[in-house]
Amino acid sequence: MKLGFYPGCSLTGSSREYNESILAISKVAGIELAEIPDWNCCGATAAHNLNHELSVSLPARNLALAELAEMEELVVPCAACFNRLVMTQRELNENESLLAIVSEKLQFKLKNNIKILNVIQFLEKYVLPQLDELVKKPLNQDVACYYGCLLVRPQKVMKADRFEDPMSMDLIMQKLGAKAIDWPFKTECCGAGFSVSKTEIVGELSGKIVRNAVDRGAKAIVVACPMCHSNLDMRRPAIESYLKRKVDVPVIYITQAIALAMGLTPKQAGLQRHFVPVNLSVTQN
Amino acid sequence: MSKIGVFICHCGENISATVNCGKVAEVAGKLEGVAYSTDYKYMCSDPGQTIIKQMIKEKGLDGVVVAACSPRMHEPTFRKACSEAGLNPYLCEMANLREHCSWVHDKSDATTQKAIDIVRTLVEKVKHNKPLSTIKVPVTKKALVIGGGIAGIQASLDIANAGHQVVLVEKEPSIGGHMSQLSETFPTLDCSQCILTPRMVEVAQHPNITLMTYAELEKLDGFIGNFKATIRKKAKSIDEKLCTGCGLCTTKCPTKKIPSEFNEGLGFRTAIYVPFPQAVPNKPVIDKLNCQYYLKGKCKVCEKVCPTGAIRFDQEDELVELEVGAVVVATGFNIMTTSEFPEYGYGKYPDVITGLQFERLASASGPTLGEIRRPSDGKIPEKIVFIACAGSRDPAKGKPYCSKICCMYTAKHAMLYQHKVHHGESYVFYMDIRAAGKNYDEFTRRAIVEDKVNYLRGRVSKVYEENGKLIVKGVDTLLNAKPVEIEVDMVVLASAGVANPGSEELAQKMHISYDAYNFFSEAHPKLKPVETNTAGIYLAGACQAPKDIPETVAAASGAAAKVAILFSQNELSREPVVAVVNRSAPPLYSTCVGCFMCATACPYSAIGEEEIKDRKGNVIKKVAKVNPGLCQGCGTCVAFCRSKSIDLDGYTNEQMYSEVMALLNE
Ligand SMILES: Cc1cc2nc3c(=O)[nH]c(=O)nc-3n(C[C@H](O)[C@H](O)[C@H](O)COP(=O)(O)OP(=O)(O)OC[C@H]3O[C@@H](n4cnc5c(N)ncnc54)[C@H](O)[C@@H]3O)c2cc1C
Ligand code: SF4
Ligand code: SF4
Repeated sequence: MKLGFYPGCSLTGSSREYNESILAISKVAGIELAEIPDWNCCGATAAHNLNHELSVSLPARNLALAELAEMEELVVPCAACFNRLVMTQRELNENESLLAIVSEKLQFKLKNNIKILNVIQFLEKYVLPQLDELVKKPLNQDVACYYGCLLVRPQKVMKADRFEDPMSMDLIMQKLGAKAIDWPFKTECCGAGFSVSKTEIVGELSGKIVRNAVDRGAKAIVVACPMCHSNLDMRRPAIESYLKRKVDVPVIYITQAIALAMGLTPKQAGLQRHFVPVNLSVTQN
Repeated sequence: MSKIGVFICHCGENISATVNCGKVAEVAGKLEGVAYSTDYKYMCSDPGQTIIKQMIKEKGLDGVVVAACSPRMHEPTFRKACSEAGLNPYLCEMANLREHCSWVHDKSDATTQKAIDIVRTLVEKVKHNKPLSTIKVPVTKKALVIGGGIAGIQASLDIANAGHQVVLVEKEPSIGGHMSQLSETFPTLDCSQCILTPRMVEVAQHPNITLMTYAELEKLDGFIGNFKATIRKKAKSIDEKLCTGCGLCTTKCPTKKIPSEFNEGLGFRTAIYVPFPQAVPNKPVIDKLNCQYYLKGKCKVCEKVCPTGAIRFDQEDELVELEVGAVVVATGFNIMTTSEFPEYGYGKYPDVITGLQFERLASASGPTLGEIRRPSDGKIPEKIVFIACAGSRDPAKGKPYCSKICCMYTAKHAMLYQHKVHHGESYVFYMDIRAAGKNYDEFTRRAIVEDKVNYLRGRVSKVYEENGKLIVKGVDTLLNAKPVEIEVDMVVLASAGVANPGSEELAQKMHISYDAYNFFSEAHPKLKPVETNTAGIYLAGACQAPKDIPETVAAASGAAAKVAILFSQNELSREPVVAVVNRSAPPLYSTCVGCFMCATACPYSAIGEEEIKDRKGNVIKKVAKVNPGLCQGCGTCVAFCRSKSIDLDGYTNEQMYSEVMALLNE
C-alpha cells in the first residue's frame, strides 16, 4: 500500500514527533508514505490573508507535483495544510477562470482529482481496520480528544455531521483501550496564530481547554494538529499563568497514542520531544 | 362563411409601445371569415366592451377574437360582454398579445408580424368553436375541518354557527392544540386554558359539529362543493358509548413512565391515558405502542377495573367516508427541539429546554404546578438565560425566516419568571426585538423596564456544562461589543416554529401546494390569504406560517367566512371544458373500442364505463364515459386514446390543428 504524503513545514520542525509517529505506525500497518518530491509551503495563514491568487497557487503547485508523481491519495497530517489543500482543490474545481490562471502560472494542466486525507481520515481508512490486531498494549486511561477548529470546519466542505461534538478521534481512542471523556471543548479555538503575537490570548483560550479537560479527569489530551499541540504544550507557561495553577496533563498526537498502543517505544513515538513531559505510567498501564 | 369580429387592444401602452396595433387590425380585417376589425386603447373598459357588443349586434358576428392580455386576466370579462350581446360566450377567444408578444419583444416590424400571426391562429380556432354551456354542480353543505387547535376550533364554531354541518378531525386524543399547553398568553397575560377550554366544550356540544379525535385524513377526492374524504379513525381500544370518563383505568394502569406529550416530556403518563384533565373528549385511549397487553400479551388491568366494561382490546381502525363541500386545513405547526442545536448541547443538557417546555413549567396544570423548577434536580433556577431566534433567521439551520411569535413569548417567559422568582436574574439574548402588534411593544418594554429583564443584543455561540452550572458564551454587540460568559441554572431556547412532520404528505393528499419549509401556501400572499390554489380548500392558522393566537383566530374566521360564502349557493357553475367520448351512427355507435386506456391515464378518476344497449336492452358495446363533474379538462385522456375517440370541449383536436395549420400555411 503506497500513499502520497505532504508533511508541510511543521512536521519537519516544531512537530517532528508528529511526523515520526505517523511514519512509525504506518510502517507497522504496512503502509508506505511517499513524500511529494520538491514540495513547497502551503501558504499557511499568511498567503490567504494577503493575496488570494498566491494562496491558491502555492497549494496548487503541491497538488500538481503529486499528480505528476501519479499519486491518487494524499495524506496531509497538519490540519492547516490540509485545510489549504482541500479549499484550493474545491475552489479550482468551482472556478474555471481561476483554474486557468493557476494552470498558466504552473505551466501544468491540473486534473485536480486527488483524494486528500487528513490524519483522521487516513487512520479511519487504513489503520482502524487493522487496529484490533495491532494493539499490543491497550491504553487504559481517560483521555480528552481535542479536535480544534480545522479538522471539522468549514462544515460545508468537511460535512461532519456532529461538527460541534465530533466523535471520530474518540472512536479511535476507544479502540486503543482508552476512555474518551465527554467534554464540551472539543472544537473550541486554542488561540492559533496568536501564539506569536499575543501569547496571553492563547494562555486564556488554551487555558480554558486544558482546565476543562483536567477537571473532567483527563489524563492526557489527544490532538491531531501541530498548532493545537504547540499551543497546549509549548505555551503551557502562559496557560499556567492564566489559570494561576500548575497543570501537568500531557498533550499527545493521536498517532503517538497509536504508536504506544502498538507497543512501540516512547522514543519511536517521539514522546521525548514535548515540553510537558509525558509520564508513561500516566498514559499507559 | 363565418362572420368574425377582431378587437385589438392597446392595453394603454403595454401593447402599442412595441406592436403597431393599427396595422394588426388592418391585416386582421382582410383575413378570410373576418367581418369586422378594429383597435382601441382599453378594450376591457366600459366603452371598449360597448364596441364589442354593438358590433356583435350590428354585424351579426358569430365569433369574436379579442387580442389583448392573458386570458387568465380578462377572458371572463370579454365572454360576459359577448353573452350580454347574445353571443354564446364560448364563441369568444382571446389572443394574448401582451405576455406572449409585446412584453417580451422590442418594438419592430417582426413584433407586429408575430402579433398578426397570433391573431390569425385564434381566428382559425374560433371558426371551429361550438356553443357550449356551463356545467352546474351541486354543493354539499358540509365542511371538513382538519386539525383541532384554536384555528380548527374557531373555524368549526363559525361555520357551525352559520348553520352548516362540520366534521372536525383531530389526530390527537383531544382537541386544543398548542394553545392548551400554554401558561399565560401575551400581550395580556390571561390564562390560556381559561380562554380556550370553554370553546373546546362548545365544540363538543354543538349540534352541528361532529368531532372525530384520534383520527386522520386518509384520502381526499373530488372537487369544490363535492369532495369525498376518507377518515381513518384510529382504534382507541375503548367503547366510547360505554366509557363514562371516570378515569379509574388511568390511575391503575401499571405502565406509568411514558413521557407525556402534553407536558413536552417533562412529566409522565400511563399507557391508557387522557392527555390532560381538561381534554375534550375526556375519555381515554390506549397507546398501543406502549401498552403491556399489546406489547407482551399480558396485563389487561384496565379491563379488570373498568366499572362499565368499556375496554375493547380487539377494536380496529375504522375508515369513514364523508361527502363534504369544503375543507379547512388547520393542522398547525411545531417547534425545533433542543436536539437540533449542536451548539447548545445536542439536547444532552436537561436544563436546556424549549419555549414550549417552559410553558409547561409555568403552567398551573404543568408538572411543577406552575413553579419554575429546573428539570435536572427540581431546583428553582436563580439565573436564567433566554435565547431568541434559536434556529430562526438562520440560513445555516435552513430557516431563514422569522418565526414571529418568539420575541413576544420570550418577553412573556422572562416576565413570568420574574413574577414567580422575585430574586431571580434573567437575561435575553436577541437579534432584534420584533414586537409589531397591538399592545405588543408596550409588552416587551414592560419586561425590560418594570420586570428588570436584562436584554443583551447578540448571539449565543455555545452553551456547556461545568460543575453543575450551564455556561452561556455569547456576545453583547452594544456598548463596546464584548464577549460575555454567564453562568446560569437554566437556558430556554425560543426555537424556530416549523411545519409539522408529515405536512408534505398531507398537502400531496389534498393537492394543495406548500412552500420550501413545508408550510402550506396561500393562493395569493395578499389578496387570497386563506385560500389555497385548489378551489374549495382553505387554510387557517399556523399551518401556513408561525402565527400568534389573534392572527390564527382572524385567519380561521376568514376561512370560515369563505366556506359560508360557498355554502350560500345551491349550485356552482363550472367551465364546460371537459372531455367527451364521441358518438356516431349505428352500427358503430362510437369509435371507442372500450380499451379503457383513458381510465388508467385520468389523474382524477373521472372516466367510467357506459353500456350501449339495443331496444331490447341487450348490451351491444361497452365504451368509456367521462363524468363531467369530476373531469378537470386536463386533456391527458385525449393524448392517450388510440382511436381518437375522446375530444376536449373548447380545445378539440380540430380547433388545435386549425391553429397550427394557420401558422404553417402563411
Ligand atoms: C412556546 C410558545 C408560546 C406561545 N405563546 C403565545 C402567546 O402567549 N400568545 C399568543 O397569541 N400565541 C402564543 N403562541 C402561538 C400559539 O401557540 C399559536 O398561535 C397557536 O397554537 C396556533 O394554533 P393552530 O390551531 O393554528 O395550531 P396548533 O396549536 O399547532 O394546532 C394544530 C392542531 O392540529 C392537529 N393536527 C396536526 N396535524 C394533523 C393532521 N394531519 N390531522 C389532524 N389533526 C392534525 C394537532 O394535533 C393540533 O391539535 C405560542 C407558541 C409557542 C410555541
Ligand atoms: S375505567 Fe372505563 S369508564 Fe372509566 S375512564 Fe377508563 S375506560 Fe372509561
Ligand atoms: S420573532 Fe423575534 S425571536 Fe422569533 S425569529 Fe423573529 S426576531 Fe427571532
